[in-house]
Amino acid sequence: MKPTMIPASLGSGLALTVALLYLGVLVALPLAVVFIEAFARGGSAYLAALADPDARSALRLTLLVASVTVPMNLVFGVTASWAIAKFEFRGKNMLITLIDLPFAVSPVISGLIYVLVFGARGWLGPWLIAHNIHIIFAVPGIILATTFVTFPFVARELIPLMQAQGTEEEQTAISLGASGWQAFRHVTLPNIRWGLLYGVLLCNARAMGEFGAVSVVSGHIRGLTNTLPLHIEILHNEYNPVAAFSCASLLALLALITLIAKTILERHHPELRTGLARRT
Amino acid sequence: MNTAVGAVEVSNARRGRPVRGFRVLPGFGLTMGITLTYLSLIVLIPLAAAFLRSSTLGPERFWQVVTAPRVLASLRLSFGASLIAAVINAVFGFIIAWALTRRQFPLRRMFDAIIDLPFALPTAVAGIALAALYSSTGWIGRWLEPLGIKVAYTPVGVVVALCFIGLPFVVRTLQPVLADLDHEVERAAETLGASRLQIFRWVVLPAIWPALLTGCALAFSRSVGEYGSVIFIAGNIPMVSEIAPLMIMTKLEQYQYAEATAIAVVMLAASFGMMLLINGLQLWIQRRQRSRS
Repeated sequence: MKPTMIPASLGSGLALTVALLYLGVLVALPLAVVFIEAFARGGSAYLAALADPDARSALRLTLLVASVTVPMNLVFGVTASWAIAKFEFRGKNMLITLIDLPFAVSPVISGLIYVLVFGARGWLGPWLIAHNIHIIFAVPGIILATTFVTFPFVARELIPLMQAQGTEEEQTAISLGASGWQAFRHVTLPNIRWGLLYGVLLCNARAMGEFGAVSVVSGHIRGLTNTLPLHIEILHNEYNPVAAFSCASLLALLALITLIAKTILERHHPELRTGLARRT
Repeated sequence: MNTAVGAVEVSNARRGRPVRGFRVLPGFGLTMGITLTYLSLIVLIPLAAAFLRSSTLGPERFWQVVTAPRVLASLRLSFGASLIAAVINAVFGFIIAWALTRRQFPLRRMFDAIIDLPFALPTAVAGIALAALYSSTGWIGRWLEPLGIKVAYTPVGVVVALCFIGLPFVVRTLQPVLADLDHEVERAAETLGASRLQIFRWVVLPAIWPALLTGCALAFSRSVGEYGSVIFIAGNIPMVSEIAPLMIMTKLEQYQYAEATAIAVVMLAASFGMMLLINGLQLWIQRRQRSRS
């Protein structure tokens, strides 16, 4: 995509200034303030904040949650896009809309629905209590809520990609005697690997950063059910800005790495850019 | 619910045919089965639970809950602030998309990449950063306060946070449309003596407004449910700067599950309505493009 550039003029110069000012103040400044506040008391205070046992356990939980939810949604994404992109069936658009559904739901509601099913007063609550199984205010609830909010990412990425690629290559492989799995492994997978990486990248960023949904189901038990974003909230509410921003800087760094990797992928594979705005 | 999903699964497995071909690719039954099972377990059944739970409340009580003054104020704030933020982003999002597609300037690629920051930055991080910037001692707040403008802990702060969250939706939906728009048409209008405003009104706007509307609708529907980036800057004063998702949270903390669910159902209904509207808009845009080319 090579945009038609126009020469500078007074009006377009003014528009450019307004655009950059808005972007700078609204978007770039919040990012900058995270790092500046994190180092407001120097490097040693920053490192001390990160070395705190509660911060470390929050980071560990965040990594654990992402390492469970991302692979689950990855497998689902590949499976769903195989069914949707390689076959014709009635209700396909309906199915795609349903897969998109979690994007339309408020994070708080995403947590609430699991409380209604698994909470002490939820559908399965009495049964779970009788069998001493903890889901809400425990790690499984956090994993479930995170799975819900990151549910569409990989599928959303792969469906248009696999639809554009059609089925000819797989059919050739199968007519040459490959099994379905071999056709997928050696034909489909190499074709979709960049889209897969792109989807995983966005899915992971959201999984590690999710706040609202996790906040509802976590119960905020320090050292046990606090993820990094929840720990940031606690530190903020305790008027400990250096510690809050130090932990926030880790997540901001993750966001920056995600953005850079995403930009590089998009430059080499422009087809990944389609329908970008739909991916929250 | 379960049996209905199972029935769809079986009939689809029979109906499943490979796209554009005669030979049957394997795996339709298996992949469709996994897809529908996982979708039902993670998304559909828990969502259905919310609707069923609210129905135990009875219509009268339901109405009482969602029209309670504090709840009504929070809904009004969430929807109102989202609308204002969407309109602000329509204006600035257009200018930014236009500058990025039509002007060459230093660091253009970097500015283009940073548009997606609100997608990538965890909402809690954005929330505390915005609160720090706009508080009365913050970098921006300290300049606004002498002018009598209070942002943090007021509804204005809510709008600021929602502008941040919604910007990429507007810019990213406009960019491809603006890039496709033939600049020669604008040139032709210019040589025919049209002013810049006339060109915008009669050439650019008719071509981009469906995309602009879609971008705003996407930003709006994200903003209505937004929680993390808003609560820190909002101050959460009941009746003044308390958003609807926080209201749900508060009810949950007081173990008023049915009340929380009632508010959630109102918001879900609005979200699904927005989703249908957006899908309709996109279908319409596709049809419009096809009829033009």
